[in-house]
Amino acid sequence: MKPLLEMRGITKTFPGVKALDNVNLSVRAGEIHALIGENGAGKSTLMKVLSGVYPHGSYSGEIRFQDQEATFRGITDSEKLGIIIIHQELALVPLLSITENLFLGNERAKKGVIDWSAATVKARELLRMVGLSDSPETLVTNIGVGKQQLVEIAKALSKEVKLLILDEPTASLNESDSDALLALLLEFKARGIASILISHKLNEIAKVADRVTILRDGSTVETLDCHEAPIRQERIIKGMVGREIADRYPKRTTTPGELLFEVKGWNADHPIHAGRRMVKDVSISVRRGEVVGIAGLMGAGRTEFAMSLFGGAYGQNISGKAYLHGREIDVSTIRRAMNSGLAYATEDRKHYGLVLDNDIRHNVSLANLTGVSKKGVIHHEREIEVANEYRRRLRIRCSSVFQETVNLSGGNQQKVVLSKWLFSDPQVLILDEPTRGIDVGAKYEIYTIVNQLVAEGRGVILISSEMPELLGIADRIYVMNEGAMVAEMPASDASQEKIMGAIMSSTGRPSASTPSREKLQ
Amino acid sequence: MSAEVNLPAPAKHASMAQFFKSHMRDYGMLISLLAIVAFFQYMTDGTLLRPLNLTNLVLQNSYIVIMALGMLLVIVAGHIDLSVGSIVGFIGALAAILMVQYHLHFIPTTIICLLAGGAIGAAQGYWVAYFRIPSFIVTLAGMLVFRGLSLALLAGQSVGPFPVEFQRLSSGFIPDVFGMEGYHLTTLLLCVVTPLAMIGLNVAARIRRHRFAIDQEPLPLFIVKNLGLFAAMAYIGSLLATYKGLPNVLIIMVVLIGLYAFVTRDTTIGRRVYALGGNEKAAKLSGIDTRRLTFYTFVNMGVLAALAGLIFAARLNTATPKAGVSFELDVIAACFIGGASASGGVGRVTGAVIGAFIMGVMNNGMSIIGIGIDWQQVIKGLVLLAAVFFDVYNKSKS
Repeated sequence: MKPLLEMRGITKTFPGVKALDNVNLSVRAGEIHALIGENGAGKSTLMKVLSGVYPHGSYSGEIRFQDQEATFRGITDSEKLGIIIIHQELALVPLLSITENLFLGNERAKKGVIDWSAATVKARELLRMVGLSDSPETLVTNIGVGKQQLVEIAKALSKEVKLLILDEPTASLNESDSDALLALLLEFKARGIASILISHKLNEIAKVADRVTILRDGSTVETLDCHEAPIRQERIIKGMVGREIADRYPKRTTTPGELLFEVKGWNADHPIHAGRRMVKDVSISVRRGEVVGIAGLMGAGRTEFAMSLFGGAYGQNISGKAYLHGREIDVSTIRRAMNSGLAYATEDRKHYGLVLDNDIRHNVSLANLTGVSKKGVIHHEREIEVANEYRRRLRIRCSSVFQETVNLSGGNQQKVVLSKWLFSDPQVLILDEPTRGIDVGAKYEIYTIVNQLVAEGRGVILISSEMPELLGIADRIYVMNEGAMVAEMPASDASQEKIMGAIMSSTGRPSASTPSREKLQ
Repeated sequence: MSAEVNLPAPAKHASMAQFFKSHMRDYGMLISLLAIVAFFQYMTDGTLLRPLNLTNLVLQNSYIVIMALGMLLVIVAGHIDLSVGSIVGFIGALAAILMVQYHLHFIPTTIICLLAGGAIGAAQGYWVAYFRIPSFIVTLAGMLVFRGLSLALLAGQSVGPFPVEFQRLSSGFIPDVFGMEGYHLTTLLLCVVTPLAMIGLNVAARIRRHRFAIDQEPLPLFIVKNLGLFAAMAYIGSLLATYKGLPNVLIIMVVLIGLYAFVTRDTTIGRRVYALGGNEKAAKLSGIDTRRLTFYTFVNMGVLAALAGLIFAARLNTATPKAGVSFELDVIAACFIGGASASGGVGRVTGAVIGAFIMGVMNNGMSIIGIGIDWQQVIKGLVLLAAVFFDVYNKSKS
């Protein structure tokens, strides 16, 4: 069978860097082709070459699509042929309706006048195809990320797609949304639409992919056929990192000590809708040298709990008490929470974690400027020393600490965020999805850092949607659902089934500690 | 100067061309200013740099430069202040009422006016910082309100003249301790000693940076820059010394420029303003009180606008309801020409000052040549656009 897409010997250089080196990729009609590799392996660059973001002539090598040589000068050229790319960061306009977004730039119009009824009819049809039952008039901002992803796909369908490229489509989706999306890809496959799926989630790839191409350091390592032999995750990881990772979670030798940090009866309301309780009577404890995991589905209130605890960075009408070493501490503002020994590393490093235009050095010192200054005057050399120290300790890969963080890969950005909080020297560090969207190798390094932290006697609260990760590195796991803690178990006792069971059995159950619920209903 | 020649060869240096490329904006600005000065010096047959005109140039631009310092912080913090022109008018009016009608001494008047400026800044900053009303709207309102209030205060009339001591703020010159006939030796000495001190500091910083193996500009460039600085200041000093010496305003301006350059570069407050403008949410989650910081950048702007208002009033020796009209545009343009980013987080004091002088020299030069106000505005507008285009183009290329 002739392949639908054939990329041969693609080489793309940027000043000083060879981003792609003789890469080959071949996609058959109607297959789901997974493209995987560590961050910085060249996946995105390759897709940009394919979609025409890097126009013909700016790279060497050949692209053949449907047996024709493709020389795209821009995205419009590749879209015309039916190659549609859906980026990780969705390109929807939040304050426009679903219909308006679906046909943006491709309006159902006659002589510039939009035919709204035709557009709505077509929109309904497209939404049905992706299994979305919302009204096409709904504003995009009012639907969840999972549904927004589906709108993006519907938009692709409106353009007669032949090859759909999805860049980490499930990175910010919960399990059920992810499953729905993968099912959709299978449906497309049945209809003859090919997909290229870029993902770090190896279990998803194992579920849906027909073939897997692995990139490493800008070159093709190999292409594996999933139908010839079932592919083991270890096999893929080995291809990605070039070595066998025997254990995905580094061993910890220390054991938790005495009680360090405690939260009792924590409540917080939605920041806009007072009375809508998002965090309900939450109590947790952390011991010295302990990693405490918080499991839960997207929207369970974990981030809301953590941020409201961290100086009221989220919500209003916050109540509850926090204790460190048995003494009550003041966490009413972020500064006070930090001074009391708390730190919170955000799940959204680009929007909440880093000043992207600033270099590594300035980001590392940001939360503890007093640590590099005297009487308000910054000691620049000391600041550079500090940045270099963390660069070494956390193995941040960069040209120098003067590199702007916007140019770092996800894993290295995460390490900068961690450096910032380590430099603030907290007793208790809350890590919110610290490994989201970063590759296996970098994940391992982050886990190693967590181990170092607890070895120093700190406490770590780890919020994660990846259950294997929680089971792999937490000592104890809390399960949160609908704003409340619904279960607590030692990790040795826990399993994915147990955690899901706790979530399921508590869903929809009115809890005693939420008087506000009745008011809402 | 021998200290730097003896410096050991740095471990790792970007090549000259590379360094130049990555700092294109910084040098481009300075080179543009020098080119513009040279152009008008030629076009005006040397009038531009005559001592008298040079003094005028400083006096005319001082208030723009002073306000640009505050505006830079406001813009770096991610905001804008459209009201500064009206504040200049209002403070001038207030000073006139206090001194001319109530015969208040100029020192308490100055203090009251600076406090009033701070209060105006606080009033505006309050809405911006604590109610998150866009600064564009708040200060647009302020622009109308304070223009109206200055009209009301002066009852539509011009009020003056001011006491002589107050006029000295703008029209005075520093005293000469040597008393040489026709030559202001103090001025020359100041203009020689100050750059020498600055060069000393630069060399010390360079040695310190070298010890920490920090990349810095190539040595030849460093030498050229410092020699240039010395030559330029000594030359200006020697010119002004043949006239009346250094204007008081120039001293105020230079001290403020130094202070704000220091604050933005070397203090935690300055760093926090940049972080606030670069990513407010990240700054907030890093324990920075972003609201208070925003508030104080507006207070600071208010005080500087008040100072500018006093200087402007003293220069005209009268307060008019029209004083300061459209100053905000020159001030904002100076910051953007100087490389500040409209989305916040980026900008330098030196850039804003150079930007202000580019505008000032063009104003002055075009007036001498006899280009009308109409075409002056067209040209200034195009220069602003070109400068920002250059910025964006540079950025997209890298």
